[in-house]
Amino acid sequence: MALQLTEKDSQMLQGKFGEAPRLAMSIIVRMAEVLEVDELMDITHAHIDGCGLMSDASLDFAETMARLGGKVAVPTTLNMIPLDLQNWQKQGVPDSFAQRALRIEKAYIDMGCIPTWTCAPYQVIPTPHFGQQIAWGESNAIVYANSVLGARTNRYADFFDLCAAITARVPKYGYHLKENRKGQVLFRLVGIPDGMFSDNSFFAALGHLIGRIAQDRIPVIEGFKGEITSDQHKAFGAAAASAGAVGLYHIVGITPEASTLEEAFQGAQPEEMIEIGPDELLEAYNELSMIKDTGIQIGAIVLGCPHFSFAEFQQLTQLIEESQGRLSEGVRFIVATNQITYGLLERSNLLQPLVTFGVEIVLDTCVFHSPILAAKGKVVMTNSGKCAYYAPGELKTGVVFGTMEECVLSAVRGTLQRKEKTWPRF
Amino acid sequence: MAKVLKGKPIIPGEAKGQAVVSRQPISFWGGVDPTTGEIIDQRHDCSGRNIAGKVFVFPTGKGSSTGSAVLMESIHNGSAPAAIVNFKIDPILALGAIVAEEIYKKTVPIVIVSKDDLESIQDGDLLTIDREGNILIG
Repeated sequence: MALQLTEKDSQMLQGKFGEAPRLAMSIIVRMAEVLEVDELMDITHAHIDGCGLMSDASLDFAETMARLGGKVAVPTTLNMIPLDLQNWQKQGVPDSFAQRALRIEKAYIDMGCIPTWTCAPYQVIPTPHFGQQIAWGESNAIVYANSVLGARTNRYADFFDLCAAITARVPKYGYHLKENRKGQVLFRLVGIPDGMFSDNSFFAALGHLIGRIAQDRIPVIEGFKGEITSDQHKAFGAAAASAGAVGLYHIVGITPEASTLEEAFQGAQPEEMIEIGPDELLEAYNELSMIKDTGIQIGAIVLGCPHFSFAEFQQLTQLIEESQGRLSEGVRFIVATNQITYGLLERSNLLQPLVTFGVEIVLDTCVFHSPILAAKGKVVMTNSGKCAYYAPGELKTGVVFGTMEECVLSAVRGTLQRKEKTWPRF
Repeated sequence: MAKVLKGKPIIPGEAKGQAVVSRQPISFWGGVDPTTGEIIDQRHDCSGRNIAGKVFVFPTGKGSSTGSAVLMESIHNGSAPAAIVNFKIDPILALGAIVAEEIYKKTVPIVIVSKDDLESIQDGDLLTIDREGNILIG
């Protein structure tokens, strides 16, 4: 059946609501036709990822929409921008680069977006509710919204996000519909020692492994005991959405659409069943490091991919205090977060020990999008599966994956430190 | 003998070029340098190769939402592939191609073929693509 538009959709397409809604609707209609979708549907929240990449494409699209009078029609949060809006001069970002980033900022602010500038919006401002229809960009935010909040979004692309925000309409397909949210591949955790669950890097390794196998299918994970924190979901989902195209996962007994195995699969049978034991996890864990030699010189520690939460800063501060050390000369220790979390840090007792140690807190952006870490040819160490996945290509660096504790110890010594039996804890 | 594959042109267009064939999905952000067209994902089976002006044949996309922006920027820079052939639609790449057409009045054809047809294309094959989605090999 051909695409059926409502009267309002058609009027928008004809330009009766202005040029920006016309352009946005024409892009949405093209996408609906490509996807062979019959109708459009409403969304009531958007998260824009299209503001993140420094490129002519990002700037031209945003400024075109703003110039045409584009205004978002639903509450719309913003992902990171290629600039630390507060500290870019101190960071040595070239003025020409900054000016272009500031134009991206202006365009999205002028269109009425909320200046959150974060890839982890779900940890800092009121989140969409269960079942809410939304249009989100940013792969890690998408998978979190779908899986942990139970809100409904497809894996929306940069620029589609703004079209959806302006029109409040999306093609009715994919994860917006309950029947497309049932699990497809069952991953059964077998014989994994309890201790592993206490370390967030375990979740990143598991996400990396499951993302690689599941690709664009919906994984269901069975065998978790106890609670999973927001930061652990974040680490898992970000890694799964980098190694694969995972936009939704279910964890039996934990995520909201999976109180039982049967509910996770909506009564259907899994297409495939895969057992994951300690050996498979250890392999995935090791795979995240492109460099394995203990003792190698570390150029930078990069944390906060996705953006660090307040709870992660608490953990980091404690590890720094326990190390009783200072940052080794020649090593940079960069933690990316957002203004909201930073505001909380300023009102806490955490900021001073971090600064004294030598931590550089980067706001609104990250090392992938803003030129603040010239580390080409050096070694970057991270506790993030997503960062470990993308750093070799985007930063042209070697990458080492480890626990947050190992990152701190390596920062103090200046060389890669592994903790005996930190992982796995048999 | 020349062989013709019947594909579905989700972004219709004409193209001719040598096939760069990957058996793995890719995220264009973190995977492709939009300035040069080089594959920068060091974990990818085409790592280090250049797709500018080539027909890039791979199963489908994955990973970052910013893949659309990277594809559009590649189109703007003239470093995009001549065409993309997948067996499953990646809405992120399709969107990048659609917006490039709107903003820059140029794009990259994207054709969807069956999994078997995709696997029948060999690296280095010369491919000629028409607006109906037919892919002539050889």
